[in-house]
Amino acid sequence: MTALTLTNVNKSFGNVHVLKDINIEIEDGEFVVFVGPSGCGKSTLLRVIAGLEDASSGEICIGDDVVNMIPPSKRGLAMVFQSYALYPHLNVRKNMSLALKQEKQPKDVIDARVAEASRMLNLDDYLDRFPSELSGGQRQRVAIGRAIVRQPRLFLFDEPLSNLDAALRMNTRIEIAELHSQLGATMIYVTHDQTEAMTLADKIVVLRDGRVEQVGSPMELYNNPANQFVAGFLGSPAMNFLPASLLQDGDARTMGVRPEDLFVTEDGVLEAHVSHVEKLGGDTNVIARVGDRQITARLFGQHDVADGQPIRFGFDPDNAYYFDKDGARVL
Amino acid sequence: MNQARTNPLNTAAMHGALILYTLIALFPVFVILINSFKTRKAIFREPLAMPDADSFSMIGYQTVMKQGDFFLYFQNSMIVTVASLFFVLLFGAMAAFALAEYRFKGNTLMGLYLALGIMIPIRIGTVAILEMMVATGLVNSLWALILVYTAQGLPLAVFILSEFMRQVSDDLKNAGRIDGLSEYTIFFKLVLPLVRPAMATVAVFNMIPIWNDLWFPLILAPAEETKTLTLGSQVFIGQFVTDWNAVLSALSMAILPVLVLYVIFSRQLIRGITSGAVK
Repeated sequence: MTALTLTNVNKSFGNVHVLKDINIEIEDGEFVVFVGPSGCGKSTLLRVIAGLEDASSGEICIGDDVVNMIPPSKRGLAMVFQSYALYPHLNVRKNMSLALKQEKQPKDVIDARVAEASRMLNLDDYLDRFPSELSGGQRQRVAIGRAIVRQPRLFLFDEPLSNLDAALRMNTRIEIAELHSQLGATMIYVTHDQTEAMTLADKIVVLRDGRVEQVGSPMELYNNPANQFVAGFLGSPAMNFLPASLLQDGDARTMGVRPEDLFVTEDGVLEAHVSHVEKLGGDTNVIARVGDRQITARLFGQHDVADGQPIRFGFDPDNAYYFDKDGARVL
Repeated sequence: MNQARTNPLNTAAMHGALILYTLIALFPVFVILINSFKTRKAIFREPLAMPDADSFSMIGYQTVMKQGDFFLYFQNSMIVTVASLFFVLLFGAMAAFALAEYRFKGNTLMGLYLALGIMIPIRIGTVAILEMMVATGLVNSLWALILVYTAQGLPLAVFILSEFMRQVSDDLKNAGRIDGLSEYTIFFKLVLPLVRPAMATVAVFNMIPIWNDLWFPLILAPAEETKTLTLGSQVFIGQFVTDWNAVLSALSMAILPVLVLYVIFSRQLIRGITSGAVK
């Protein structure tokens, strides 16, 4: 069954066309990540789904219901915000139970659901505290708890991890993944961080300038990007792009090679000068210049590479991607 | 920053400047207070001397109590000030919320129109206001004053508050909408507490001119039963003879309630600032 269907959704603010003909179908229980650079319209799209913004045209269906004219609270969804957005005047328990009280749920149901959520998120010790007395990670857990207690048809996450520090971000990411497998609920997650997208998603929707560039599972997008933008956006470090004429005379195409597909070899086709080396222990990232282009090679293990030394990189031609001058993938 | 704060010389200089300023600001109040307890002769002979056994006199306060219904004036001033502040804050905050929160045609124009009142003194319209009050039969009622002061205070209130409302996190309001709170609940429960420091500022700005105003009480509500404190005190100031004992005593008493209101609002101000800092 489909949990959410967007049909030809457009959104304009005055003359600014933010979302252009968005068509997306999301299945029940899927974890879908909207990813794209800032300003690509991913948060606006989430707000349109939530009902916080009206779509200028197009149809939004949650389950089988067209919800264009239904207010956010009646759409059966819950949202977790980047800034947590906890009610500052309510303690943790009341923050979580407010929406249920608004729905006029009986008190024992409310208590049971809050207890369940607080057990799942280890919030039992903090139920009587106020948001100002919690750390960033705890606040984010309360915000997630506030979403869980509603048992929504659809969870919406708006860059929930951006305000957390790196270590906490990874832990919370794992918690969200576990939550998804426990609840089996449909989740939509907006982020600009491609690592979050790759690690969490069943399905990634890559957006650019208000358009859907490609939809697919993380590995589909990684192995088979539809265009240069998707190829460059997913993967870390980003894919290297070089004019194919560097290798084959007169070839107008752009060639892409992932940093992890490059290796150092005496008879390599790419003649480069090392400009910087990042030694991470497990990996070594070599940033080098080929002519006036900068490329990155990710070498596994530890390598002794000095700044400024000449180096030759090779790669398996099967691992190269080719794009035409408009950025579309060609074989 | 930290070093500057702990340097004793800096601390002394800072406190010195602040103490000096406090003395200058409090001096007139102090002179009014001490002279209100002195005989008329002592006021003129040595205005800066403290009242002693010879010069001490309660004659000013006795005159004030005998002349007219001073407590009624007091009560009128209090009602007018508190009611006006209430309406200024309520309607000002509501208009500010609408301007800051909702996108509608003419939003900017409406904001400018409301802010225009800051630049045009309301007293220019006194004649028209008087005619309106006569037509509606509100002359010589406290409502006349409350309405005028509310109108006078609204432009600045809308201007300041809408600026603050824009800073309230959108996420918080949206979270409320998703949780099914009505727009009124979002306004009263989520947004208003967060702009409390701004509300206190607006209240303090508006309170003192209203309390001290002589113009509108004199024109719109000069009847005995609607006189405000400022207008009531005027009976002691004649063209040829002024009863300084009574004037000073009346002023001393008039300071008190406004002082109390100020303390209430400034507490809010300080609390708002510190609670905002830790987020």
